Amino acid sequence: MSPQMIDRLWQAGLDTLVMVGASAGIAVLGGLPLALFLVTSGPGGIFPAPRTNRMVGTLVNGFRAVPFIVLLVALIPFTRLVTGTTIGVWAAIVPLAVSATPFFARIAEVSLREVDAGLVEAAQSIGCRRRHILIHVLLPEALPGIVGGFTITVVSMIGASAMAGAVGAGGLGDVAIRYGYQRFDTTVMAAVIAILVAIVCLVQLVGDTVVRRLTAR
Amino acid sequence: MAEVTGSLAFERLRDPGGRIATGARVVPVARATTAPRTAGSVRFEAVSKSYRTVTGTVRALEAIELTIPAGAIFGIIGRSGAGKSSLLRTINRLEEPSSGRVLVDGEAVGTLDADGLVALRRRIGMIFQHFNLLSAKTVRQNVALPLAVAGVAKAEIGPRVDEVLRLVGLEDKADVYPSRLSGGQKQRVGIARALVTRPEILLCDEATSALDPETTLSILELLRDINRRLGITVVLITHEMSVIREVCSDVVVLERGRVAETGPVWRVFGRPTHSATRALLEPLTRALPEDLAARLQPHRTPGAALVLRITCAGEAPDLAALGAAAPSVRLIQAGLDRLQGRAVGRMIVAVADPDPEVEARLRALGAEIERIGYVAADD
Ligand SMILES: Nc1ncnc2c1ncn2[C@@H]1O[C@H](COP(=O)(O)OP(=O)(O)O)[C@@H](O)[C@H]1O
Ligand SMILES: [Mg+2]
Repeated sequence: MSPQMIDRLWQAGLDTLVMVGASAGIAVLGGLPLALFLVTSGPGGIFPAPRTNRMVGTLVNGFRAVPFIVLLVALIPFTRLVTGTTIGVWAAIVPLAVSATPFFARIAEVSLREVDAGLVEAAQSIGCRRRHILIHVLLPEALPGIVGGFTITVVSMIGASAMAGAVGAGGLGDVAIRYGYQRFDTTVMAAVIAILVAIVCLVQLVGDTVVRRLTAR
Repeated sequence: MAEVTGSLAFERLRDPGGRIATGARVVPVARATTAPRTAGSVRFEAVSKSYRTVTGTVRALEAIELTIPAGAIFGIIGRSGAGKSSLLRTINRLEEPSSGRVLVDGEAVGTLDADGLVALRRRIGMIFQHFNLLSAKTVRQNVALPLAVAGVAKAEIGPRVDEVLRLVGLEDKADVYPSRLSGGQKQRVGIARALVTRPEILLCDEATSALDPETTLSILELLRDINRRLGITVVLITHEMSVIREVCSDVVVLERGRVAETGPVWRVFGRPTHSATRALLEPLTRALPEDLAARLQPHRTPGAALVLRITCAGEAPDLAALGAAAPSVRLIQAGLDRLQGRAVGRMIVAVADPDPEVEARLRALGAEIERIGYVAADD
């Protein structure tokens, strides 16, 4: 492989990390409150609002139903509005974040739902207000599951970011398609795959370690 | 005994067996008086509760009228599904009655706003069958939570947490996570968490049902200690009649959401008037001796002895008077116990050659007599 190619791969790897990192950050900031809302606003929840709950739930399902590649294209006007462009790393972050947020919200919702209702009741019985229940009961008790779900989200976003490369977002997917696929450069293809595998393994390892730390109590 | 003003001081005690018993040696000034406590009473007025489910409406409580006096250890018993938990949970409004009112110290809990409800719940501790401790927090953090959310200053939280942990005998476990504790230790943490706000009432929903008999005894001992030393009203649900017998002063029997009977334990257990109570007490009642049961006949035959059951609730029968009223009386079986300073139990006696007046004479002594049947004399 030429030094330019190594340089190109290095740059593409960084682009991928920026895309995934930024959109994962947005997914947590948006998805966690969304998950908390979905869990607590249902019937019998601590902030009951069944109608809004149903509406938000449907919206989330809508975004979840659209395949990423379609979302990528469908969101182009919105992306231009937000970032002023439709190509490059920053333009790819918009559809990535929009697709990852509801995904992560649903995964986090499952973990939050698994928190024993008895714990919420115990918290109420000792004079906790609803915000205390969010802070002291729901989030900490669901944290291992939420972290595990975040790992899954990041890994699936690494895959999605490669697809974003196909529409000019840059990153490892872009390199793989332009050199590996269109120019039949098998070495580049293999290198991209190796790098992606390495990143995914690292993310999974870190996620698993954090979960283990949190549950070994 | 030195008096410590301002706060509770707990001191560790050791019983002769070497096991650790803990308790407050010194009560706060406000509670050191001998006057009857006024804080910690609960009154139910026509409380009904129904749940709407997909299959229809379940009427869990119907027109409950009941008073729990301050300072009592009040037992709630009844079959599964009788409405015990529903009733208990209306006290701190974890459950809202469909109609009627619940008064705590004369204050209607149903009309409280959010702040009032939080304040009320800080006056009422609760412990649960499955402990319900936060797994992500240490013992100390679990116990500190009620104070932390109440905005108590950090400097004050530490000593108060230490104090209640000492009371329940867990000061050496303060920094471990609940998953490292045994069931009995978890329930002690639950009790510490419930007591740290210095409540007037402690609610216990099957608090010992998940524990082995020995641990159950030690937790009951602790509850009794808390009641006696701190004067906290304890309301407890249990399906173990021995628990009621062991620790309770008063009891209510619920049957299908209604009060079947209520009163001091010695009276309800000594002379149950409702079939639901009798059914619950069945495991504690001894059956008729087998040989006697086999020979029992409903009608009198020449030479047969009359078999009577004498029920005691309050005072033990005067044996001399018994003998005078029924000259040839023989004791067949007896189980007499003292509950709360009263004689409670039943005796089975056989009266040989009974004359027609014998039962009336025995009743005249004030004994509660029930005719079981006749047995022919031994061959
Ligand atoms: N949240 C609920 N929703 C529907 N039905 C309930 C609910 N809680 C209790 N019930 C019903 O109310 C009745 C009384 O329940 P409960 O108070 O838990 O009885 P107990 O504690 O004596 O076993 C039962 O028939 C039970 O099925
Ligand atoms: Mg129950």
